[in-house]
Order: sequence, then C-alpha cells, then structure tokens
Amino acid sequence: MKDEKYVDQEFSEKTAPFTLDRREFIKLLSGGIIVSFSLDISGWGEPAPQPGYGREPKDLNAYLIIKEDGRVTCLTGKIEMGQGVITSLPQMLAEELDVPLKSVDIVLGDTDLCPWDMGTFGSRSTKFYGPLLRRAAAQAREILIELAADKLGLSEDKLTVEEGFVLEKSNPQNKVSYASLAKGKRIERHLDKEVSLKSATDFSVCGEPRYRTDSHEKVTGEAKFTGDIRLEGMLYARILRPPAHRARLISVDTSEAERMNDVKIVRNGDIIAALHPTPDGAEEAFRKIQADFDVPEDDLDHTNIYEHLLKIPSEGNVIEKEGSLEEGKKLSTKSIEESYYNCYVAHAPLETHTALAQVDKNKATVWASTQTPFRAKDDVAEALGMPPENVRIITPFVGGGFGGKTHNGQVVEAAKLSKLTGKPVQVAWSRPEEFFFDNYRPASIIKIRSGLDEKNRIVYWHFENFYAGERSSQMYYDVPHYQTVMHGSWGRGGSGIHPFGVGAWRGPGSNTNIYARESHIDILASAAEMDPLEFRLNHLGNDKRMQRVLNAAAEKFGWKASRSPSGRGHGIACLDYLGTYVALCAHVDVDKKSGAIQAKRIVVAQDTGTIINPQGITIQIEGCVVMGLGYCLSEEIHFNGGQILDTNFDTYEFTRFSWVPEIEVVLVENPDLAPQGCGEPAITGMGAVIANAVYDAIGIRFFELPMTPDRVKAKLSEHRMSSF
Amino acid sequence: MGRDIKTFRFTLNSKPVQISARKDRMLLWVLRTELGLTGTKFGCGEGFCGACTVLVDDEPVRSCQYPIKDAEGKKVLTIEGLAKNGDLHPIQMAFVDHDGLQCGFCTPGMILTAYSLFLKNPKPSRAEIIRALDDNLCRCGAHSRIIQAIDAAAVSMGGGSSR
Repeated sequence: MKDEKYVDQEFSEKTAPFTLDRREFIKLLSGGIIVSFSLDISGWGEPAPQPGYGREPKDLNAYLIIKEDGRVTCLTGKIEMGQGVITSLPQMLAEELDVPLKSVDIVLGDTDLCPWDMGTFGSRSTKFYGPLLRRAAAQAREILIELAADKLGLSEDKLTVEEGFVLEKSNPQNKVSYASLAKGKRIERHLDKEVSLKSATDFSVCGEPRYRTDSHEKVTGEAKFTGDIRLEGMLYARILRPPAHRARLISVDTSEAERMNDVKIVRNGDIIAALHPTPDGAEEAFRKIQADFDVPEDDLDHTNIYEHLLKIPSEGNVIEKEGSLEEGKKLSTKSIEESYYNCYVAHAPLETHTALAQVDKNKATVWASTQTPFRAKDDVAEALGMPPENVRIITPFVGGGFGGKTHNGQVVEAAKLSKLTGKPVQVAWSRPEEFFFDNYRPASIIKIRSGLDEKNRIVYWHFENFYAGERSSQMYYDVPHYQTVMHGSWGRGGSGIHPFGVGAWRGPGSNTNIYARESHIDILASAAEMDPLEFRLNHLGNDKRMQRVLNAAAEKFGWKASRSPSGRGHGIACLDYLGTYVALCAHVDVDKKSGAIQAKRIVVAQDTGTIINPQGITIQIEGCVVMGLGYCLSEEIHFNGGQILDTNFDTYEFTRFSWVPEIEVVLVENPDLAPQGCGEPAITGMGAVIANAVYDAIGIRFFELPMTPDRVKAKLSEHRMSSF
Repeated sequence: MGRDIKTFRFTLNSKPVQISARKDRMLLWVLRTELGLTGTKFGCGEGFCGACTVLVDDEPVRSCQYPIKDAEGKKVLTIEGLAKNGDLHPIQMAFVDHDGLQCGFCTPGMILTAYSLFLKNPKPSRAEIIRALDDNLCRCGAHSRIIQAIDAAAVSMGGGSSR
C-alpha cells in the first residue's frame, strides 16, 4: 500500500463532490413527504469553515422522510460504531417533529440514500449534525402544519402538533395524522423560512435516558457487520503484505498456491492476492505464496523515537501568545521545566478493517467498515476510474473505530479485486494487518517551561508541542505570560517524521496535551506546597464552567485538601475538549512489588451543554475511562524500523475487566449551551489524572506513558537508590 | 482443499448437522461460511480476544482455534441458539436492559462466556464474573455495564450477587 495515498492532514485534504442521485433516491419512495433544505449552516453552531471543513453540499438534501404509514425515516451519513448515534439522532428528530421515538427508523452511512457527510469522528455528530437534523425536523413540522391548515380549513396559527398529529389548539379532537397528510402524495418541500428549535426546557424525548435501540439485534447475533454480508459467488481475499514499511518486493512465486483447488491468484500492480470461496481457504493459499522482500536498514525504534523527533529541524508555529515570556521570567522566583512523552498507540477495534465489493461494468457497491463512507466512495471511484455517482457505499454496523477507520484502504482493495475477478470480493484484514496498517496516535513530546512567583502564582508558561497535534493545547489557566508553540501536527506532518502512518486516535492531540499540562500543573502545585485542586481553582479566574466541573468532581469524590504526595493515591485533572468541560478524580493503588497500578475509583464530572441522551453520555464517559486506562498503563506500539513488532493482543494489551475501577459520572447541567460532543472528551484526561494519582501514591512522577509495571518497578528502585 | 475431507456430525443449536470439511478447518470458518451463522465473530485469529467464543458441550472454546474434527458428536451452541422461539435468554435480556454493549462486536462472545459460567456457578460473585470474562476483550469500554448485566441476569435466574 502506498502510504501517501492515505495520508490526511487532520481531515482536511480531499475534495468532496456531491453526487447523490436524487432521482434514483426518490424513486425508492412510494410516496410521502421528503424534507429537503439548502444547507446554510451559518448560525447553527458550526464553526466558520476551516480549510477542509464546510464542504457540505449546497444542493438540496433529504434529511428525513415521512412515509404514508406515518413512520419517519431519518437519513444520515453518520455511521454507528458503538457510540450510540443510532439512538440519539432519532431522539432529536422525534423531539422536533413531535412523533413517538419508536416511529422513527434510521438509515446510516448509505451514500446513495443519505446526505453527504464528512465522516463520523471528533465527537461531532450531536454537536454539528444534530442542529441540522433538528432543523430539518422542525421544518417538516411546519410543512405538516401548512398541509393540515389546508385540509382542516383553519389558519396555521390555530394549529399545534402532538405525537404524530396536527390538531386544533382550541379543539384537540379536531386533528389529522401525519400519516394521512403524507398519504397519496409525493411532496418534496424546501423551506427557507427559519424555524426555531425547542429549548431544552421543552424537551420531552431528548434529555431523558434512552437505552440503545440496536441492542436486540446485537445480543442475538442478527446484527450485520460488514464481514457478515454474504453474496452469491463471493470470494474471500488475502493480500500479500511486506514484512515492514518501506520494504520492497524482490521476487514472488505463487505457483504452489495456484495448484490449490478453487483458488484464484491475482497479480496486478501492487496487489498480489489469493482468493478462495472460503476465508480459511484464502488464508491457506496465501501462506503458500513465497515472496522475498528487501527490508531497508533502519535504526529507528520505539526506544529512540523521541530523540529522532526532537532532532527534526522545525521552527515551530506560535498558535497563541499573551504577554511576554521574558517579562514572566523576571517575575518568577521558581522555574520548572519538564518534558512529557507519549508513544504510538493503536486503535485496535475488535472488528478489523473489512469490505465487501461487488463491481460490475458500470456500478460498484461496497459494504464497508468505515467511519468515512463518502470519502470511501470517492476513493473507490478514483481507484476504479468510475464516476462517483456509480459508486455506492453501504455501511453496516461498525465494530469500533476510534478514529482508525477513516482511511478505507481495505475498501479500495476489495473494489479493485472485485473488478479484476468479476466476483464479489471480501477483504477482511487479519489482526497483524490491522496492527501493521493502522494510523497510530503519533509519538510526541510536550516541553513545558514555567515559573511561579513568590505568591505561588504561575507567571509564565511556555508550552511547546512536538507532533502531538494542536487540539486542547491552548491555555485556559489564568497566566499573564504564555506562549503555545506547535511543531507538526497529528497527521503525517511531512516525510521523515514518523516511520509509518499516524492519525487521529480518540481525542487526537488532546490525550497528550492534557497529560502534559495537567501533570505539570500538579508539579507546580507541589512546588507551591498547595493542594492541587485549590491550586487549579486559584488559576481559573472567571472560568465558572471549569470551576463548576472541578468542584462537582471533587465533591462526588470526597476530595480532601492535601499536598501531593500524600500517600493516598488521589489525583485530579480538568480539561476543555472542543467546548466540553471535564474534571476527573482518581484513586489508585500501586503494588510496589509488581509495579502494577490498579485504578480503584474514578469520578468524572462533565459539562456537555444541553443533554440529549444522559444514558448515552454516561456510557460514553465510562468507555472513555476504560479505554483511557489502556494508554495509561499498557498500550504502546513496539517497532524496529518499519517492522511492527506488535501483531496481536498477546503483546498489545489493553484494559481488561479486572483493571476496571468503580466509575461514577456527574453530568453537570448547562441547558443554556447547545449540545456539545461526548465521545472523546473524558478519555483525554486519563493520562494526567492517573499520573497525578500515582505521584500522590508513591511520590514518583511519570513523564512517559504508559506507566507499565516494568517502568514503575524501575522507577521505584531508582527512587530507593537515590534516597540512600 | 481436496484432501482429508470428511463428514462431521454434531448438534448445532439443538439441531443435528452434518458437514463435509477438512478435519483441520477451524470451527469459526465453517460456522460463518458454510453454516451461515455470522453471530460468531472473527476478532484476532489467535484465541486472544474471545469474539469467536462458542460453547462445545457447555465449555467455552475459541472457535478460531478449534478444529471441526474435535466437535464430532458434540453439542455446539452459538449465539443464534440462545434465544428460544424468539424469546431472549435472560442474559441477552439483561444486556439489553443494562446497555451492556456498544459496538456489539464482542457481545456474542461475552454472552456465551457468561452463559457457561452460570452452568457451573449459578450464583457468581462480582469477582467470579470478572474472572470468567477477563480474557474476553472489549475495546469500547462497556465493561461496567457488561458486569452489571451479567450480575442482573444471575439474579433474574435465581442466583447472582452472592458477594
């Protein structure tokens, strides 16, 4: 695979032509009301277009359909990978349209049916897609009132809606159902009229805890993931892979594989594959392929990567600046400078990248495990030299993504192999392939230079970020002189930086930035001989939201002021992730013999703005805590040059049941703020809150993640030596 | 694939099946491909993750590592065989009632592992549930809810919470 092809700079490269064939689409409907509107997202919570954003189509788009039977279909380019939009999006639609939640169906990630979407990542679905969907539903409500006004011979202002009916305000018996208004009509409406969205105080469907709507099919095994789709005559493919990145194929011999019954060998360009009507048959044939590769010499590995990254010449880009660092240094009586290191980690979704492609002369249909179906559509069109309107991507349930399923390498492979063989082809990456082709969270370094004055106030803060990515690097503490400097980004950042692909990993950039900042704040609090909570609150000026989440977490946790290290193993951290505010408290135990850290209890207080599904938010926060523990305690990609040494879960370990602490969540209400994201924020605080708790427990500060038992043991023995 | 093809007979989800296959084929692929039971998932291919867990004579096995010849004459249960006449098994019901899943990919393996635990120990403590499930991986972080669901299922079946 050519890595360059899959590079993306923080999701900002490719163009996204809009190609929905609406005539085709409308043909699929027998009747009913289709609500379309021109996307003008200004003023609806979407930030000003940044490079790469704001490419949503200006064409008309259908977001929902009210069918003749009164059921409503919600159409969304988002996908369901466990995060729960399958429940929360219909909730928003039902709320604004005033229909029962159970009457709403949802179609996700089908590029022929759903409006264009950039992709499902960045905790954006509720925050940015939500307002669009709610607006579409509110407009549909207006259309239904117009139609009902006609039918009932009443003016619109005399009418209201309730549970799928339009009714006369003064005589609720005089009513007409949405179903009967939709019946026998095929109405495409486009409204420019502004409609107001309900305020949180008027919510009846949103704001209530809702259980997942996909559970039944997932507990019975009926739920279809991409790998579960079966087509007549389909073949399963295994593709020859290099043993290391940048290895070059010297020779290949497929003759033994070709002798197997029912095997098809494809050699075309850079694809050499074995295909068979069964997956294990393909695997067997694949193992018979003899190949020699030239693996280039490369000394870079997981032990010297930070050194390498810091050696790359870079001027850095000042992204924010206040006061003057020189002035700050003059005021300082105690200067503290530290560096923080965070390693490559894998996304490791349990479902590997999978696709099933059926390519005919003029049409490609691909079922794909992807977070970016519309990008996959463009990728397939480009790879096959086919107009994008002839490509359809269908996204079944996705078995976890976490930012890792945005590149669609397997989709293009399946499409090419289907075209070459004339058969439907499934490509399902093996676990070693999944590790090898993953775009890891980048290894990165944060350098912080800081100083306290004699009153124990932070007077300067120089935050230098090397390759972590910008998100959450900005200063939110009240410090007179500071500067934030970026070197590179979480994307590839040019050649010669990372030895393989890197990309967005749940909470990109922020995991590292917050680990560094919130560890450093604790160091300063200790230097000031102050309780870390009090020290934070002292530096939050008028930031009421942050103070509120900190106090909420501390109260629930039962935080007792103390200087760290206190020996109790208590830690605290707070953060702002793209407008969601989070504070975490942790209690950990450190086994000094084995070096194992056990998290006992974690409290998270989160202000997510208006709450759509409190159950969904709580569960996402729990997921963040559990997944986050992995990068704190064990997750690290080991490599030797371009060779990835971790190929399966025996060496790449993440959180198991026995590691999971008691988790308590406090949802801090803030109904005046629009809904914010919730799939990622809490995970980004885990590095710091655990490192701070470990410091509080044993008086040892970890400047590098993960804090593996070996590293803890080594530090403990160093510590014992130095205390002699 | 022409060599070593044999006919194997076993009970699959309470029904007899007969299938011709090479004896060293792994049960996972026969289930998912020839038998069309895709509820059993491929996760890692080396027995580390538990997504492919099925029960053979009530014991949980990693079907990606379990040759079909070893199933000869035995009783195989997959996730598709757990609900009876459309009624969810209490464990499945508890997973629904407690949101004991996110992406759902590990779910069949989790449920079958819990089922086999209950066969041996109808009143598992929380610690026993954790021990039984510790080698089943979930990447979404649904762990707390999965434990709650299994504990609740044990109670609904007359056991559970004997901590």
